[in-house]
Amino acid sequence: MYEFNYHRPASLDAAASALSGAGEGKLVAGGMTLIPTLKQRLAQPSDLIDLSAVADLKGIFEDGGGIVIGAMTTHAEVAGDATVRAKIPALADLAEGIGDVQVRNRGTIGGSIANADPAADYPGGLVGLGATVRTNKREIAADDFFTGMFETALAEDEIVTAVAFPVPDKAAYVKFANPASRYAVVGVMVSQGTAGVRVAVTGAGPSVFRVAEMESALASNFSAAAIESISVPADGLNSDIHASAEYRAHLVGVMARRATAAAG
Amino acid sequence: MPDTGIGASVRRKEDQRFLTGKGRYTDDLNRPGQIHAVFVRSPHAHATVASIKTDAAAAAPGVIAVFTGKDMEADGVGSLPCGWTVTDKHGEAHKAPPHFPLVRDKVRYVGDHVAVVLAESAAAATDAAELVEVDYEVLPVNVDPTKAMDEPLLHDEAPSNLCYDWELGDQAAVDEAMSRAAHVTKLDLVNNRLIPNAIEPRAAIAEYDTGTDSYTLYSTSQNPHLLRLILCAFVLGIPESKLRVIAPDVGGGFGSKIYCYAEETVCTWAAKRTGRPVKWTGDRSEAFLADAHGRDHVTQVELGMDAEGKFVAMKVDTTANLGAYLSNFATSIPTYLYATLLAGQYTTPVIYCNVKAVFTNTAPVDAYRGAGRPEATYVIERIVEAAARELGVDPAELRKRNFIPPDAFPYATPVALTYDSGQYELALNKALELIDYGGFPARREASKAKGKLRGIGFSAYIEACGIAPSAVVGSLGAGVGLYESGQVRFNPTGTVSVFTGSHSHGQGHETTFSQLVSDTLGVPIENVEIVHGDTGSIPFGMGTYGSRSLAVGGSALSKACDKIIEKGKKIAAHLMEASVDDIEFDRGTFRVAGTDKEKTIGEIAFTAYVPHNYPEDLEPGLDETSFYDPLNFTYPAGTHICELEIDPETGVIEIVDWAAVDDFGKVINPMIVEGQVHGGIAQGVGQAMLENCVYDAEGQLLTGSYMDYCMPRADDLPSFKVETTETPCPHNPLGVKGCGEAGAIAAPAAFMNAVTDALGTEDIAMPASPEKVWRIAAQAAQAAQGAE
Repeated sequence: MYEFNYHRPASLDAAASALSGAGEGKLVAGGMTLIPTLKQRLAQPSDLIDLSAVADLKGIFEDGGGIVIGAMTTHAEVAGDATVRAKIPALADLAEGIGDVQVRNRGTIGGSIANADPAADYPGGLVGLGATVRTNKREIAADDFFTGMFETALAEDEIVTAVAFPVPDKAAYVKFANPASRYAVVGVMVSQGTAGVRVAVTGAGPSVFRVAEMESALASNFSAAAIESISVPADGLNSDIHASAEYRAHLVGVMARRATAAAG
Repeated sequence: MPDTGIGASVRRKEDQRFLTGKGRYTDDLNRPGQIHAVFVRSPHAHATVASIKTDAAAAAPGVIAVFTGKDMEADGVGSLPCGWTVTDKHGEAHKAPPHFPLVRDKVRYVGDHVAVVLAESAAAATDAAELVEVDYEVLPVNVDPTKAMDEPLLHDEAPSNLCYDWELGDQAAVDEAMSRAAHVTKLDLVNNRLIPNAIEPRAAIAEYDTGTDSYTLYSTSQNPHLLRLILCAFVLGIPESKLRVIAPDVGGGFGSKIYCYAEETVCTWAAKRTGRPVKWTGDRSEAFLADAHGRDHVTQVELGMDAEGKFVAMKVDTTANLGAYLSNFATSIPTYLYATLLAGQYTTPVIYCNVKAVFTNTAPVDAYRGAGRPEATYVIERIVEAAARELGVDPAELRKRNFIPPDAFPYATPVALTYDSGQYELALNKALELIDYGGFPARREASKAKGKLRGIGFSAYIEACGIAPSAVVGSLGAGVGLYESGQVRFNPTGTVSVFTGSHSHGQGHETTFSQLVSDTLGVPIENVEIVHGDTGSIPFGMGTYGSRSLAVGGSALSKACDKIIEKGKKIAAHLMEASVDDIEFDRGTFRVAGTDKEKTIGEIAFTAYVPHNYPEDLEPGLDETSFYDPLNFTYPAGTHICELEIDPETGVIEIVDWAAVDDFGKVINPMIVEGQVHGGIAQGVGQAMLENCVYDAEGQLLTGSYMDYCMPRADDLPSFKVETTETPCPHNPLGVKGCGEAGAIAAPAAFMNAVTDALGTEDIAMPASPEKVWRIAAQAAQAAQGAE
């Protein structure tokens, strides 16, 4: 990796000012994508601002009937949290299926969504559950947060502080993992609750997307059979050595039906 | 000592240090004053190197020197050799284009070695490497072996990119038999290219001592003496007495650490040139790019049968991709380690094989766990299964009809080998029992009821191991002998130091060889220490590969133990005033036959080193060396059966059961053998289900990390049912055959035969990825719907 300046601020404000004061600053949450990128010299930030000492960014608590998860909460903490497990088991399942043990012990929800990898699991979870992203400046609906491949609505100097999830009546996340990386080739979160019926797909396209046709079918009949005949077009979906766009389109249907069945 | 002797599952002695983090690998070592090497590698698969500017890099902070191929050329450094001459079907030696450690005028694959930067730290060297300016003139690229005989040419020395066009067997006899066959089954097969992925990347530290004009090289080598021989005699021109090669703890090799590579060659040369110890540790990306890859065959095979399903002829046509340059043993893998195995376990009377080996703009290909034998097994066992399906005969039954019977040994095959022993039907029957073959139709129905496709597949493999009789391989073009050395040294107080030319990098030699020596000499196992991996302390040996360590290295130790006992009898006879002929040796005790007079081997050893009362005509000391050259290969064989279930909706395969019955002859440590079988099957399943090396049309490696190159994991595998049959090898003193490669050889065919059984088509190539499987299953479902 190239040389950089390292900061470990103790507060959100200090982190924000370190970020705005840096030439090309980069926030470090779990570092699960950033550190390998640096090691391969594919990025050359001037400053790394490590958020691990910012206490306000950690923890899981209930708030107004929903669950709020601090940005620096690891996947393992989400997977193992009794409240999440009781109220939104689909989210605990999602976190439990990310990467491997090492990644789950280091990687964080905030880091994952700010990175917005098209094959990451959390974008499917946030959009599929109708979550809200909280930053040091504002609140952003998950639907508006993910804007493209590795792109989000975050401003340059904006820091994710937490994600607020409503508790759904039912929900399930099912993914088809890349056998090598275990990222989602296709991951689908299906939920029903105050946010209506949601079907969110990650991995298949450049960014997470919802399948309106499936949502309306499920709104009138929440069963796998109701979406049996609904397919998504392969056009515009990702295609690589592991899965063609056509296969991904097919898997969206399969994973959506399985998620619906699992949600009950 | 049944608890630690031959046949006991003794826990691995070496695990104490490995599991407590006390292993010492090459990268753990540091030498005073060392500098670090970083290689500038080609980003292009094929390009002329017009110029290399090193000034800016040389002037960067911490940089000691930057060298290119021109500097090595000026010092007279030679080409990395290929040590096995294959004579083609026209009687000509294979084309051997030079393979310089740093390129001189052209790069031929992505990762090829363009320059080396030496600096005070690895970070400084890495920074400076970016400052080396290379002017490349990019050339068209040849990646696909089946099209490699067209332009562009990689080497002037190899017209049509052909290394050799080689054949084995009687083509006319095969054509004649095929024309009379009642049925001929044909298959097109691809044996996919694999990247070895030892857990420890390659590394080297070389130092030069001006006082003695000698070098020491620490290296991740499977065979330190061979590395020394190649470096000294072929590449650097150093007397062998002036280079000591030490391979300390090595974290896996699977073949990829047999070879002499550019990196350790450059480090050794640069150590003298700079006067500083030079260290290089490869990273994982470099391992993907520049470790020798494995397999990569494209094959057409035909099997002719008579009306009773007896095999009458087999014809095999293979194109083997050797990559951009010849690695040390590349030429022998698709020829003498492949075509000679094409008889399998069967009595097929005539076999013909033609192999065209080609150069492409990809990493060099050489031996990888199994080396030629997995490719041969895949060809035979896939075509036999396909033939059984075409004939409507049970695949187990068809195999039984064609097995070489147990009373036919020694059995000369039509492809140059003489099998020494085997009980093929015994292993197959045991495997059928283990997998409950009779219950399969019901299990298949149960799967069908769940919407799943179930398949079962066989692989009745054979391998030639215990590599190898020197005279045989010499007559076939090998540049070396393939004996092994063993030295057994009693210390005065009765402990034993054992020196072996074999090298352990995961195989458990320190345990198995200790058991062997402890059991033979009657010395407690904790008093036996195995020393390996240092040319400064061990007798000349050929190293570890080809499942040879126990069959060849163990036999050498067994013979050295015999010499110890023989000498011990003379000392014992003197001490007990008896005739040597009356001395019996049993479990560490020398006894005068028919009396209660006895001496322990510890007392004898002490006497040998404190010879106050000693035979006049005997040398003091108890230290014997033996070199063992095998009389024949050994022939481990067995049957693996894989049962799996496919989810047609996603194409995901779940292996639900695996029966492995292997005949390794006599087994010293069943636990270690079982572990080797597990690991081998995992690697074979890796090839068949998950692993795939992919280059794009420009020769860029698309699978250059674990994000894209899928290694098998524990949750991809079932709990294996592993058993053995024991037909001792008749020609080595231990009756052992070797077990290290069997799983990797047997598994791909068993797995793919199960996949093709479940899918009802032969037309799917390894790895059976979910998308490929889904497409076939979806087509079949559509066709079935259309038929309704």
